[in-house]
Amino acid sequence: MNLKLVVWRQAGPQDKGRAVTYEARDISEHMSFLEMLDVVNEGLLSKGEEPIAFDSDCREGICGMCSLVINGVAHGPERGTATCQLHMRKFKDGDTITIEPWKARAFPVVRDLTVDRSAFDRIVQAGGFVSVNTGNAPDANAVPVPKTVADLAMDAAQCIGCGACVAQCKNASAMLFVAAKVSHLALLPQGQPEKQRRVLDMVARMDSEGFGNCTNQYECEAVCPKSISSSFIARMNREYLAASAARQPERREEGGY
Amino acid sequence: MPLPDAKIPSGPLEKKWDKHRFDLKLVNPANKRKYHVIVVGSGLAGASASATLAELGYRVTCLCFQDSPRRAHSIAAQGGINASKNYQNDGDSVYRLFYDTLKGGDFRAREANVYRLAQVSGAIIDQCVAQGVPFAREYGGYLANRSFGGAQVSRTFYARGQTGQQLLLGAYQALSRQISSGGVRMLVRSEMQDLVVEDGRAVGIVTRDLVSGKLASLSADAVVLASGGYSSVFYLSTNAVGCNVTAIHRAYRRGAYLANPCYTQIHPTCIPVNGDLQSKLTLMSESLRNDGRIWVPKAKGDRRAPADIPDAERDYYLERKYPSYGNLAPRDISSRSAKEACDDGRGVGEHGRGVYLDFSEAIRRLGRATIAERYGNLFEMYERITGEDPYQVPMRIYPAAHYTMGGLWVDYNLMSNVPGLFVIGEANFSDHGANRLGASALMQGLADGYFILPYTIGDYLAQKKKASPAPEAPVFRDVERESSERLGRLLEAKGRTPSDVFHRQLGKLLWDKCGMARNARGLKEALAEIPRLRERFWKEVSVPGTGESYNRALEKAGRVADYLEFAELLCQDALHRDESCGGHFREEHQTEDGEAKRNDEAFSYVAAWEYKGVGAPAALHREPLVFENVKPGQRSYK
Repeated sequence: MNLKLVVWRQAGPQDKGRAVTYEARDISEHMSFLEMLDVVNEGLLSKGEEPIAFDSDCREGICGMCSLVINGVAHGPERGTATCQLHMRKFKDGDTITIEPWKARAFPVVRDLTVDRSAFDRIVQAGGFVSVNTGNAPDANAVPVPKTVADLAMDAAQCIGCGACVAQCKNASAMLFVAAKVSHLALLPQGQPEKQRRVLDMVARMDSEGFGNCTNQYECEAVCPKSISSSFIARMNREYLAASAARQPERREEGGY
Repeated sequence: MPLPDAKIPSGPLEKKWDKHRFDLKLVNPANKRKYHVIVVGSGLAGASASATLAELGYRVTCLCFQDSPRRAHSIAAQGGINASKNYQNDGDSVYRLFYDTLKGGDFRAREANVYRLAQVSGAIIDQCVAQGVPFAREYGGYLANRSFGGAQVSRTFYARGQTGQQLLLGAYQALSRQISSGGVRMLVRSEMQDLVVEDGRAVGIVTRDLVSGKLASLSADAVVLASGGYSSVFYLSTNAVGCNVTAIHRAYRRGAYLANPCYTQIHPTCIPVNGDLQSKLTLMSESLRNDGRIWVPKAKGDRRAPADIPDAERDYYLERKYPSYGNLAPRDISSRSAKEACDDGRGVGEHGRGVYLDFSEAIRRLGRATIAERYGNLFEMYERITGEDPYQVPMRIYPAAHYTMGGLWVDYNLMSNVPGLFVIGEANFSDHGANRLGASALMQGLADGYFILPYTIGDYLAQKKKASPAPEAPVFRDVERESSERLGRLLEAKGRTPSDVFHRQLGKLLWDKCGMARNARGLKEALAEIPRLRERFWKEVSVPGTGESYNRALEKAGRVADYLEFAELLCQDALHRDESCGGHFREEHQTEDGEAKRNDEAFSYVAAWEYKGVGAPAALHREPLVFENVKPGQRSYK
């Protein structure tokens, strides 16, 4: 099939950027969306032009590195699917496809379709972990975890950290991402000792990174490649309320070298 | 330089690691912060090592080429992680895991290393559970296990089909905790360009910030490479598109020995190739072989739909050839059997390069809901890629390059022959011999990072007398200049051919001549062809833009350039190893029924190669393998 692509090109964070039109010719319906872009890039390289910069790594929907807004939808038209797993059979010959980067103040553009998502890492650094040094652990079967609890924790834990939830939200809210990590750890017995501090610190960091608030549009859930339920946001709100009522957050020690 | 002593402790097998830990020198807790360690890579090995070293008090710098340490390719491991917990009461033990792993590796690994791996396997599961890794559980709340290839006990712990993801996120979270407390400095979108060696010791690296394009020198007391394997030398593999050989190849060029590069693993259950412009192959977890049955039609060229082929006209070839292990035969054997069936004209699918993995019987026996719970995400992934529903029609699968057992040579302390350079995870050669069993890569990566390197690195640091030079020192300036010149040559080629085109040509050549089956003639042809391809690459490659910017074409070209050098070593090793063992199958050496035929008298050694220049044959150093406890036998899974 032959397609017309309208692609966002931007040389760097300071550049204004512009939409550029490209032709994608002789595309097989069995190709993935990113393989289609690879073909366009090889065409550009053959003319000595710089390829379109986009992020991708595992190409099997689990590393969370790929990130394109396709025809206005983060990760494109197929539900529960990351861009790298989207295949061209979902498009028709002659289609015009617009391709844009994640757009959010907290995710500045690095180049073209590549954005900086390090704000997500900083939210996890604020408390998205269990403080257990290597060697501290008791026997793995010492603490039974009900299967239903472990399964629910896994539903939340499978977040791939791609940022589609932020990209699709009109408020650029990171609530689904943060809620997934807060819920995963708050559900399990191992996460209990730090659960109050964790939710307060992660939410504070989320706010300071410039993500917006949640206004219950559920677009995040609709575009999430792992179909993570927005009910985890409600769970996080409950955790946050309980933690706020229970105590003031203690200050985490700041370090650095 | 001769191969240094492997430092394998004396004494009985089960006491070696304990004895060795006592003999290792310690660094006083107050002194640990004086030492700076660089860790290249943030996968299971790199993240777990970085976090643990920082917990101990060392200053750590960790780098990854992705935009976040959470993206490393360990994340894509699906099936599980082995540990000899014997929670299933089915006869497992440290010794059995040791024996299965050594045998699975076709008796081409060190006894002492493999035994230690089995010994620490249980502590890994404990640690991961404590971090909040949501492993699968039974209704009673205790951990569940599944079976994997090459074992007759259930010892594999798993988190749906996303075990690697959950283990990596556990290690990433431990790493994040150390980043926030200042113990680890994390450099993302950074790539190691070269190793810096002074007076024979590793003293740092030169890196490139992929966004700004700037080169920087990092000085350290020790350098740890955790940069993964080199399967994407085949271009099409199950590895991520960014996976590369650069870090270990650059270390090899600086004097580190590369061991057993010809031990490459071809995974039997991947989605078949479809089209010339495919960028990667997707694995379907080996765990599927617990419930799926592999078959091809008995008749050649049978083009009927699978449902129209009656049971009597199907060849369940693994069950037929290996009745006691059946569909759970080890990977090398399963892959070769699939190739044989397809070579025989009985392959299925459009191009005849595929076999069926059929769940219909399991769905009838257990119900669709149970199968969906066990493998739901894998079935969905299969359907997204192929457009076919595996609940209705059998999956089509075919082997693909997946893992590399070879890597930089290390001693029992995981230190290479270059003092101060440590190598962990898939990047080293140490524990899997000539074939890795399923669910053992995660085990090894985390064993190295959590429980082995943190002890052994102290022994080196405690005895290190001389401080490493500052990053402004001439030795760093020289290496930085060489890196800069090399990038400049890529930019100046001004050709019109994308580096992917060369990578695809190299991959096809290696897959044909140095893939699942190899012979002397083919390997010699490949060795003649690779230098020609390399020469064309440097003349014709297209790398637009500049070095001082975010330049994806330059990144990619640098990696392909290293593959074009490394590929020669891969073929040289495969040609020299004139026997079949594990994943290295030389067609000249097979039994009457087509099994790999080892030659222990001539080849029971580790082949460690020393760099002698681009295009020049590498020099061979042999480390004999000594078996004190196990008698290597002909592997039998019948």
